[in-house]
Amino acid sequence: MAQGPTQPDREFENVLTKSATEVASFDRQEKTLLGRLQHMLHSSPALVPLIVLLMSLAIFGLLLGSRFFSPFSMTLILQQVAIVGIVGAAQSLVILTAGIDLSVGAIMVLSSVVMGQFTFRYGLPPSLAVLCGFAVGAAVGFINGFLIARIKLPPFIVTLGMWQIVLATNFLYSRNETIRSQDLEAQAPLLQVFGTQIRFGGAVFTLGVIVMVVLVLVLSYVLKHTAWGRHVYAIGDDPEAAQLAGIEVEKTLISVYVLGGLICALAGWVLIGRIGSVSPTAGQFANIESITAVVIGGISLFGGRGSILGMLFGALIVGVFGLGLRLMGTDPQWTYLLIGVLIIAAVAVDQWIRKVAG
Amino acid sequence: MNQTTLKAGLLAAAAIAALSAQPAAAQAVSACLITKTDTNPFFVKMKEGAQAKAAELGIELKSYAGRIDGDTESQVQAVETCIADGAKGILIAASDTVGIVPVIQQARDAGLLVVALDTPLEPIDSADATFATDNFLAGELIGKWAAAQLGDAAADARIAFLNLNPSSPSVDVLRNQGFMTGFGIEVKDVNVIGDEDDPRIVGHDVTNGNEEGGRTAMENLLQQDPTINVVHTINEPAAAGAYEALKAVGREGDVLIVSVDGGCPGILNVKDGVIGATSQQYPLLMASLGIEAIAKFAADGTLPAVTEGKNFTDTGVALVTDKPAEGVESIDTAKGTELCWG
Repeated sequence: MAQGPTQPDREFENVLTKSATEVASFDRQEKTLLGRLQHMLHSSPALVPLIVLLMSLAIFGLLLGSRFFSPFSMTLILQQVAIVGIVGAAQSLVILTAGIDLSVGAIMVLSSVVMGQFTFRYGLPPSLAVLCGFAVGAAVGFINGFLIARIKLPPFIVTLGMWQIVLATNFLYSRNETIRSQDLEAQAPLLQVFGTQIRFGGAVFTLGVIVMVVLVLVLSYVLKHTAWGRHVYAIGDDPEAAQLAGIEVEKTLISVYVLGGLICALAGWVLIGRIGSVSPTAGQFANIESITAVVIGGISLFGGRGSILGMLFGALIVGVFGLGLRLMGTDPQWTYLLIGVLIIAAVAVDQWIRKVAG
Repeated sequence: MNQTTLKAGLLAAAAIAALSAQPAAAQAVSACLITKTDTNPFFVKMKEGAQAKAAELGIELKSYAGRIDGDTESQVQAVETCIADGAKGILIAASDTVGIVPVIQQARDAGLLVVALDTPLEPIDSADATFATDNFLAGELIGKWAAAQLGDAAADARIAFLNLNPSSPSVDVLRNQGFMTGFGIEVKDVNVIGDEDDPRIVGHDVTNGNEEGGRTAMENLLQQDPTINVVHTINEPAAAGAYEALKAVGREGDVLIVSVDGGCPGILNVKDGVIGATSQQYPLLMASLGIEAIAKFAADGTLPAVTEGKNFTDTGVALVTDKPAEGVESIDTAKGTELCWG
């Protein structure tokens, strides 16, 4: 084995000759465009759904012209997504804690039925009946939260069970009876209040739409700028670390589910305004629709990441596709197909963005 | 010791088996009612009708239902349970009219009488008998009425169709095409919704048969053409939703809404002018006739007869409206309220 004097002494050190000699440092290389995009999307998670929303608006606008791109149509989409948007707000809170709530739609319907039946069956003043509806929503939310936070049952299981229980209660209690719009109008107009229209030229807003937007903005602020909001994110990210950092995890979790229940009750009230009547068969798919909005809105199902504004954009994307495709006269199945594609694409984008953190 | 216990246990089991076999033979006829859901008032009423008739004739009735409309698995299980249970007959409102047929055949092979209620199986002779509304006629009646109300304006009508769901089940097609026939629209293939090219048709959308879907579908179609003045709806909840959408744009007064069902809230809506006219069907009658058929079959093996000129037993349909039109027979809402369900 003939070795020159410049060669390392031992054979296993041979590799060193080709290795870097400078002091270890962070990678200061200029990021690629794609890399910077990835970073930007990571820091503002509502951006992806916002871009998709604007793009789909532009595409349908080009294809359909003023029939679609009018103040009336734009505000109509808002009216059509108001319920999903409100229920989605509740769902967002829960999913941010790495939970899931399958019972949101059932809570909404039961609350609306309580508001209606307490007025018509027991003759309570409508304002009191509305309060009772909110109480029912909060109570169901509390049971969910208690079972999940205290008894440590998985959120999926608890709310799967609660969904069935609440829905069955709804059908049993309401005796499958619908209260007609005309009766509500005559005897309890308060229940329909969220159907009230406010017009600006061609644009038509309902109180339901306004309450949805305000709710999302308020929650967005609360989640970003209050201790409670940061705790919600922290618990979703890592409950043990949150506990060690002194956050009261159980209490916060329970409060999230109670607030979720209250928001669902609000959705129930808004639902009465939208469909006019109190119908126990309404809102059967609200849980799936709200999860769809949350996922397309870029909120991570693993918790701790995403913004509630994204959920609103997600709900609006679904609304835009729904109205746009119907105006083009396509088979309704195409709407479902495209929403399916969007869901999978949204999660794929989410996974890609997450890599920036790794 | 152990063996004695075992023997005693076996003996006891045999005794119980013998005892329970005894009454089964001597027992009254038993029957099953299988509906699409337990939540739709239509099927709730159907169940009431069956229970009342069964009690009257001394038949033991067991009721089953799918969890949601379209839940065939639960219905298949229910049929299997009824066969195992030794029932004499099954009354079924099938969710999947094709998919249920094999298990229905098993039941018939096992000697049960199978009566389809409300929804014909495909092919219709898969059941021993079918007691149902003539849904085509139901559609035709409201179509004729709408055309008569409009008079000469019918030639320039702008018509929206609010159908049931994307899979267009037979009841959806029959009512839709029936309406067109009654209104005077050329339907082309009578088994297909949407192959017509009559310029008066604005479009079709689906409602899932509820208020929420009715409202959204009406909004969508109004976006396509704000001058719509006739709306065909699959049922009364969808009609109520459509009315809310029309009210929101101030058009509730000048649009004619027609529907099918005849539920009590629907009839009230006809009375209040929300719905112009509705074709009323009679679920209670379907169920009670079904129970009678099973009783007869159990007694002497007679099969129910079909209505003349039809391949099923027609339980009747009546047009309910307070604005009768010439040449279309109808009953008023007072009479409709007496006969309504739900």
